[in-house]
Amino acid sequence: MSAIELHRSILPNGLRVLLVPDPATPVVGVAVHVDVGFRSEPEGRTGFAHLFEHLMFQGSESLEKLAHFRHVQGSGGVFNGSTHQDYTDYFEVLPGAALERALFLEADRLRAPKLTEENLRNQVDVVKEEIRLNVLNRPYGGFPWILLPPVLYDTFPNAHNGYGDFSELEQASLDDAASFFDTFYAPGNAQVTVHGDFGSGGGVDGVLALIEKHFGDIPERPTPVRPSFAEPIPGTERRQSVPDAHAPLPAFAVGYRVPDPTTDLDGYLGHALLASVLGDGEAARLQRRLVHKDGLVTDVSASNGLMGGPLDARDPDTFTITAVHPANVDPDRVLGAIDEELDRLAAEGPTTDELARQSARWAAALHHEDDRVMYRMLGLGARELLYGRAELAYELPERIAAVTPEQVRAAAGALRSAGRAVLLVEPAADDRAEGEDER
Amino acid sequence: MSAPTTHRTAEEIGRTAAGPRPLPPLGETREVPLPDVTATTMPNGLRVLAVHRPGVPMVEIRLRIPFAAPGEVADTAFTARAELLSSTLLTGTATRDRVGIDDELASVGADLGVAVDPERLVVHGSGLAEGLPVMIRVLADVLTAAAYPDTETVRERERLVERISVARAQPRTVAREALQRKRFGTHPIALEMPTGDAVAAVEVAEVRALHTAGVVPRGSTLVLVGDIDPEAAIATATEQLAGWTSAAQARELGPPPALVTGDLELVHRAGSVQSQLRLSAPALRRADPRYAAFQLANLVFGGYFSSRWMENIREDKGYTYGAHSGVEFVPGGAVLGVETDVASDVTAAALLETRYELGRMTAVPPTPDEIDAARRYAIGSLLISLDSQGGLASTLAALDADGLSIDWLRERPVRLEAVTPEEVAEISLEFFTPGRFTGVIVGDADVVGPRVRALGGIAGGTA
Repeated sequence: MSAIELHRSILPNGLRVLLVPDPATPVVGVAVHVDVGFRSEPEGRTGFAHLFEHLMFQGSESLEKLAHFRHVQGSGGVFNGSTHQDYTDYFEVLPGAALERALFLEADRLRAPKLTEENLRNQVDVVKEEIRLNVLNRPYGGFPWILLPPVLYDTFPNAHNGYGDFSELEQASLDDAASFFDTFYAPGNAQVTVHGDFGSGGGVDGVLALIEKHFGDIPERPTPVRPSFAEPIPGTERRQSVPDAHAPLPAFAVGYRVPDPTTDLDGYLGHALLASVLGDGEAARLQRRLVHKDGLVTDVSASNGLMGGPLDARDPDTFTITAVHPANVDPDRVLGAIDEELDRLAAEGPTTDELARQSARWAAALHHEDDRVMYRMLGLGARELLYGRAELAYELPERIAAVTPEQVRAAAGALRSAGRAVLLVEPAADDRAEGEDER
Repeated sequence: MSAPTTHRTAEEIGRTAAGPRPLPPLGETREVPLPDVTATTMPNGLRVLAVHRPGVPMVEIRLRIPFAAPGEVADTAFTARAELLSSTLLTGTATRDRVGIDDELASVGADLGVAVDPERLVVHGSGLAEGLPVMIRVLADVLTAAAYPDTETVRERERLVERISVARAQPRTVAREALQRKRFGTHPIALEMPTGDAVAAVEVAEVRALHTAGVVPRGSTLVLVGDIDPEAAIATATEQLAGWTSAAQARELGPPPALVTGDLELVHRAGSVQSQLRLSAPALRRADPRYAAFQLANLVFGGYFSSRWMENIREDKGYTYGAHSGVEFVPGGAVLGVETDVASDVTAAALLETRYELGRMTAVPPTPDEIDAARRYAIGSLLISLDSQGGLASTLAALDADGLSIDWLRERPVRLEAVTPEEVAEISLEFFTPGRFTGVIVGDADVVGPRVRALGGIAGGTA
């Protein structure tokens, strides 16, 4: 990536703006990040943050239903939105010529989305199909991101299913949607990121003027106070089993807590490198031990962060190790081997060469991601919203390279000295999926 | 749910004093020249394409080796050997073991992967651009001296059997296998995954023999795209890969039989809470003069979110999370796939709407506005997909396999601009008529069977 310039400003209504021009590309991305994720949805309304994300595509004051999709695609662009633990993003990437149009589309729905009963019912049906597709009708659905949190966490925000219960999705009302929008989608709780070709917008100053033109008259509203989702780290192991009617082989996930990236970035990155040393590539510790030397598991992986990516959530977040194994292997034998490998790392740390190779892979993976305007923009926007530090997105290769064997050793020691959650997925002979709500 | 403060109603939220606003016009479109491709054929017969595309300090690698089964009929023993070869290729050579190979790649931030299908074996990956010589050195060692060590191959064989059992538990795999059988019968293209039993029966010596016979340079193509000097990259490849030789020609897959129109086959999957609808009909190849018109007709039908079919069965009816139609290229031809997953209780309704939208393509052809939106999307999404090294590398590799060069990409916007509504109407009538389709529906036949059969044109499905 060429030298990057970040331009920040805040509109009088509180909307944060992040402008990152890149003259090397002919495309431009526009993203709106809203500071609400599924951790903030109310009890009794699991899945509401994600359902609401769907509703934001259903039309707004100047745009009939379907118009948003048609205008983005009819301008040659692609779009999407996604709901995470702590934020929701909406974005499009288009040829540079469509920049102002994209700003208009995002502003219109942030100002005045058209929330109707008909669209709400339609999108409840669509979301239920999404859940059937990704969770209920397949093996290992929701493993581990839905299944592990209720074992590791005690409080509703951290423990509940972010996709939602069918019965609670069905109860969602239009008034719920109005309340959710007015509370969380205040301009002071949101951020606009523009990245890529600024040519058609007249450079940085021109694009900022366009943002003021389109977003500036959204009235200021009170910004919700962000609650702390902190809860104590468990002191012991907690264990739970769930049946899976579609799974041919057993699987398990182990969940640990990770350091708060806001207050202990070095500790957090030590855990990130620990995940790589354990799971990334044929030479990784758990691959060598569990897959090849002992032959206990079919596949194993380790991840610092519940949803996969690094630096994608505030505290608390989850370090996971997952494995799929043959039925004749006792999961406790695998867990014992994982503990031995963690103990070895906690005692000796990784070698300098081992860490250097993992850092090189990280740097390459980050560059690879940065090669697409969409991912670069989303990385910048999310780090700015979550930590106020878009710079993290491009400082990461250096920061990762600076992680020492001692930091990784300490991370392994931290995992071994705290409690953890173990979730066992057990193939169920029963040919009906558990918990499915068929009419 | 109760909010801490009072809030506006949904109706109040949806309107402002100023009222609706006009959509801003599009600005000036920037022309972006595609990079030049340097191509050469090495003395050993390997074709090499190299492209300088800076942006990030990375390089993308795609090695495509035609890898068809011998004979006219699918052979699960061959497919099993090919899958095990693919899983074991990177586990050792005469001088490097599995960990040694991975460590050397990791030292330059590189990752290589191997995949096989009925047409080809592909080695793909990326790494830091400055590490290209290391990546090619490791690749050359693997191609010329892969050892398939006994212990590694036996272990990979076990894992492959386990992974196949997991894959076959996925409804999309069940649907894909049923569709391929329905479309292509016993032709080798239909067999994408071997049985676990066939894998378990593979001998290590058979894998080594398959490597010698099939992993050959003549007929294969290496694509390198990234922050590289093409001439230097080709020189490195030519030097490092000179020892990879064989008198044999990599085996191309022969054309499968033409699709036969017929009833949709209902395939029973007990306990399924969704059904997979998979319809298919003949399509056109890229080189066909009418391909651009076909592409626009397909976009209007179901090829993007703003398509008739998606707007109907998702945004109006709520039957599905996603619905997509797209072209799949096969040797000597192309097929259209029309695919969606829907809840069991709306399976018949979704099939009815799908047939309705296909019929509407012929009875009410795409309007000029619909075609223009599809055209803008086709041109814009092409620009976006080529705006990355990986996207460009994969596209070039696919085009090259089809005998097309980057000039085909350069001229594509012009061809799309030239398509007329009459041409799209003609394509719609010829290719989207419901009666031209065949396909499968996978679901719980006990639940979906009666209503689906009542619509007609359905065979099978006894539990």
